[in-house]
Amino acid sequence: MSAVAVEPDRTLDVRGLSKTFPVPGASLLHRQTLRAVDDVTFALKQGTVTALVGESGSGKSTVARLISRLYTPTGGSILYRGEDVGAMHGKEELLRYRSRVQMIFQDPFSSLNPAKRVDYHVARPLLIHKIVPRADVPDRVHELLDSVGLVPAQEIAKKYPHELSGGQRQRVAIARALAVEPEVILADEPTSMLDVSIRLGILNLILDLKRGRNIAFLYVTHDLASARYVADDVMVMYAGQIVEHGPTDEVLQRPMHPYTKLLLSAVPNPNAGLHSHRLAPRPKADLAVDLVGCRFAERCPLAVAACVSDPQVLLERRPDHLVRCPITDPST
Amino acid sequence: MTGVLEGGVGSPSAVGQETLVELRELVVDYVLGGRHIRAVDHVNLSIGSGEIVGLAGESGCGKSTIANAVMQLLRPPAQVTSGQVLFRGQDLTKLSTEEVRQFRWQNVSMVFQSAMNSLNPLMRVGDQFVDMMKAHRKISKSDALARAATLMELVGMDRSHVRSYPHELSGGMRQRTVVAMALALGPELMIMDEPTTALDVVVQREILQRVQDLQQDLGFAVLFITHDLSLLVEFSNRIAIMYAGEIVEAAPSDELFRRPLHPYTVGLMSSFPSLSGPLERMAGITGSPPDLGNPPSGCRFHTRCSHCDPAGRALYARQTTERPVLREVEPGHFVACHLLDTP
Repeated sequence: MSAVAVEPDRTLDVRGLSKTFPVPGASLLHRQTLRAVDDVTFALKQGTVTALVGESGSGKSTVARLISRLYTPTGGSILYRGEDVGAMHGKEELLRYRSRVQMIFQDPFSSLNPAKRVDYHVARPLLIHKIVPRADVPDRVHELLDSVGLVPAQEIAKKYPHELSGGQRQRVAIARALAVEPEVILADEPTSMLDVSIRLGILNLILDLKRGRNIAFLYVTHDLASARYVADDVMVMYAGQIVEHGPTDEVLQRPMHPYTKLLLSAVPNPNAGLHSHRLAPRPKADLAVDLVGCRFAERCPLAVAACVSDPQVLLERRPDHLVRCPITDPST
Repeated sequence: MTGVLEGGVGSPSAVGQETLVELRELVVDYVLGGRHIRAVDHVNLSIGSGEIVGLAGESGCGKSTIANAVMQLLRPPAQVTSGQVLFRGQDLTKLSTEEVRQFRWQNVSMVFQSAMNSLNPLMRVGDQFVDMMKAHRKISKSDALARAATLMELVGMDRSHVRSYPHELSGGMRQRTVVAMALALGPELMIMDEPTTALDVVVQREILQRVQDLQQDLGFAVLFITHDLSLLVEFSNRIAIMYAGEIVEAAPSDELFRRPLHPYTVGLMSSFPSLSGPLERMAGITGSPPDLGNPPSGCRFHTRCSHCDPAGRALYARQTTERPVLREVEPGHFVACHLLDTP
């Protein structure tokens, strides 16, 4: 994980990223902090989809928000092409960064202004970031709508958000993100609010954009099967930490961390039946408590005393396959 | 239409089961400013006692409207325009307000997606059990609390949680609490409408395994509503697929999974990427669900159907003008599709 600058395809580098939030309601004397993101390190590469999977509250959305600078990190750094994003301050610098790194949100129903037509949403970033001369804006809007499968573009451009389906709205949000010709797109659960029959269309669009425009995607999701479908690499997050990271097939076909195994066993599988694998109900980790060791230990069937007392680090257990667990057997 | 369906979708899947709930030609409209939107269109469906029936479809297909019809929860602008909702042969639409009040929780209970947010935040969980039980039965507060504690254990929680306030419980624990409450009066049917959609996969699985265990022990029937077909195949005995207000296919779960026949069902099945096997680009279903205020003519799915091609003139004419009828193509397997009724 060293020699960052020499790899030109690494668009974004996240190093030791951390974010703590004060726990609301805690007394002043015993101030508690919630470690939402704890020492997270990874890189996003051109033309690559990296999936960040985990359950709600695992910190996966916070990571995307930290990268997009919606939140300020409490530790670590984010490097965009080697440049420290935390050191960017002036309005212009930030505007330039945001034109390179775009975000797509979960809810296409609230991310578009209901009073404005589709062309307004897509034209706005073109004007703000001065991507094309003003006279060329309408043509570019149509091109962008076309590129995300919203056809006939001329017709769609004149519609209001309420006249569009959820899938179409999410495509408008993607067209808007593409308007500034970004190198990185952070997609936070972009399909989870959409109907099943149209989710696949959005996933296919991500695949096309990855290849056609060489974009680096961070795909944040709780859905392992969709991660397998679009992602080249998968990171599994638990209680603010990356617990497993590697090529998609490595992580999902040969999982090593007990938490990854638990997640995989919980995915509905019509071939198996609900009782093919029993899960024992266990409590979730309390992020407000400072734990030295493994945060999953409480729920882990393999845990021994050392799991709780010793800090656990990500180790490369197989080529490119990092696991934060010394117990698990790499052969299984 | 009824003739074809007698003893069909309306019949329980296992021998010896008696019919608990039966929807007969149910039509529900939403009347909005003179505009009639038909959310449920001549639906026939039955649930046998002790049976788990799954109802799948996308948002707006009418599946939740059916749940609300069985619970007698429909309020204007929704109205039952025609048809019957029978519970042990009794038409629920004819019940008085008081009878409906008694019927709910006692005979049929419901757990819905946002149920975990429906608990009163100002009351301890146990007191909410007490209120509900006292409204239906003569029971002392201490007996009701004891029963609540037992029910909490039944759904995999600690007895002491009867003293908790909802905010002290996680989303999964709140949903378990609602399941416990739904079981309190020993109903014969529990309706679960997207009960675990807001929860994580691990929590979802824990809760459904628990419900399945309880269902086997206590013998209540379940109407399980979700858009997640793979979950439904695992969980239910029989599945009905809804599209634009109609049931387009119904079959025992295994049969539906192994041999889906309606192009919409096939499309839904191929909309879920798999965690195993070869990875190929999947097509899913093109287009979006129709506007029920202005539904397509003929087969409502024809605008998105890959088998609907103007080149095949005779078939195309039927697909675009004639409504397909739900027919039994194999024992217990019903499909409404022109591809299967054109000789």
